[in-house]
Amino acid sequence: MSGILVFAEHEGGEFKKTAFELLGKASELASALGVEVSAVVLGDAPAAELGAFGAEKVYQVSGDFSHYTTGSYVDALAAVVQQAQPDAILAAASFAGKDAMPRLVARLGSGMGSECTELRVEGGEIVARRPLYSGKVYADVRVARKPAVFTVRPNSFPQPQPGGGAAEVVAVSSSPSTPDVELVERKEPESHDVDLTEAERIVSGGRSLKSAEEFDRVIRPLAASIGATVGASRAAVDAGYAHHSEQVGQTGKTVNPTLYVAVGISGAIQHLAGMRTSKVIVAINKDPDAPIFEHATYGIVGDLFEVCPKLQAEFEALR
Amino acid sequence: MKIGVCVKITPDTDARIKPTADGAGVDRTGIKWVVSPYDMFAIEEAIATKEKHGGEVISFTVGDDQAPAQLRASCLALGAERSVLVDDPAARATDALGIARVLAAAVKKEGVELLFAGKVAIDDDNVQVPSMVAELLGWAQVSRVVEFSVDGDTFTATRSMDGGVREVVRGKLPAVITAERGLNTPRYAKLPDIMKAKKKPIDTVDLASLGLSADDLAPAVTVSGYAAPPERPKGRILEGDLDTQVKELVRLLREEAKVI
Repeated sequence: MSGILVFAEHEGGEFKKTAFELLGKASELASALGVEVSAVVLGDAPAAELGAFGAEKVYQVSGDFSHYTTGSYVDALAAVVQQAQPDAILAAASFAGKDAMPRLVARLGSGMGSECTELRVEGGEIVARRPLYSGKVYADVRVARKPAVFTVRPNSFPQPQPGGGAAEVVAVSSSPSTPDVELVERKEPESHDVDLTEAERIVSGGRSLKSAEEFDRVIRPLAASIGATVGASRAAVDAGYAHHSEQVGQTGKTVNPTLYVAVGISGAIQHLAGMRTSKVIVAINKDPDAPIFEHATYGIVGDLFEVCPKLQAEFEALR
Repeated sequence: MKIGVCVKITPDTDARIKPTADGAGVDRTGIKWVVSPYDMFAIEEAIATKEKHGGEVISFTVGDDQAPAQLRASCLALGAERSVLVDDPAARATDALGIARVLAAAVKKEGVELLFAGKVAIDDDNVQVPSMVAELLGWAQVSRVVEFSVDGDTFTATRSMDGGVREVVRGKLPAVITAERGLNTPRYAKLPDIMKAKKKPIDTVDLASLGLSADDLAPAVTVSGYAAPPERPKGRILEGDLDTQVKELVRLLREEAKVI
């Protein structure tokens, strides 16, 4: 193998958490394979600093990449791939990763594993483990053509400790060739629009909340008390208690937080599919036979309208 | 305008998915099949766009002999004029890029200028094929669209980005647009339309008719080792009165799980 290339995304020059998660894992895979790790950075960001996280070389494409457009990103990534000739590419399963990587793969004629949660080396190649059917089953993905591309779900790997020196920065130029779109307007998130897929803590409510007013009165402040993002079951969204962008489950968001608190959610199979990889699951439900308890790390059987205010008070006392 | 929509037939969201005993795939017995829910948003948008601007809606599917019933119920009865079904053993054994090659060839052959698809098919969860089709056709693409309009050869789309950011973008046709929840509310088929759909054409084609061979579809990606999700360690139901339980929960979250 000649190397693993990590697409290190940043926002306004600040690297995203996933960039470090990927570099940490890439270093582990590269040492098992006896190859180097490199990174690609689009636009203005402190590229050399990625050396502390295992990147020997960082390919930096100059230009304005502050707004994501498919064409400019894919053209730039393709220019780097042509120069770096990697055997594998790792990217986050972010909007950009999911939108650009398949297009890059089609240009390169290789193959891709999406939303991987584990990467390992087996028989001299990278094998990815990933959920399919929204996590109802898992399977291994292997890519026989190079570069093998894998997108990785946020929070799948730990943050590595920095060490070592600066990376060699290689300037790459890219000229646009792909039909693209122009940005007309950027709308910052409304309260119901904060991102569930990258949230570290989520408090979700179900149909047992009984109304949008009760959902707002019970779930939102409970979530706020531990800095969590609000989620909802399909039943709660269909009943109009929460916004559709807050839906967790197979036809909503697939989430991977460290803490998921399910309030008044019975645990339908399509809901479990969207949140079962959460590290710790807390279930609060009146019905002791609710399927959610089979998946919960900790369960409280009780009336959510009694439990939640008490829990909120305890959370607030921690601050 | 000729408007295309890519449609995949997947298990219903309520389906229990079990790996086969040999781990080579999933057990298909007893599964209820539907058009992937996000593709229903794509179909609705294609039909609504046609109703506004005129033209024709053609659906494109790679599938087998159980596909026609789904296509009649979920595409033709809702207002699509025609369906193209690529039924070929090589197309069923390929990977996402192979499927994209098939769809791109079929879309090109039909002279489609605007192509919709769901943002994800809820079986493989790959989120790969639409971007690949756009690349193979050399078209613009916009993913996770929640608002869409077209005026002449210019389209405007609002896409739902990470962190809840929404961006309004503008581009020129031809383009591939993927549908996010919220784009529209899919209509239900009316009985007369269901009857009419029985007479609408489904063109079943093979690879050769698209100028492709099985070699063009040789997959790079293999998926194996299907298994049930990793078991979660047995959880704990807390005991005592509610105050005790809540205090114990917070202690466990802090001291045992160390997540707060």
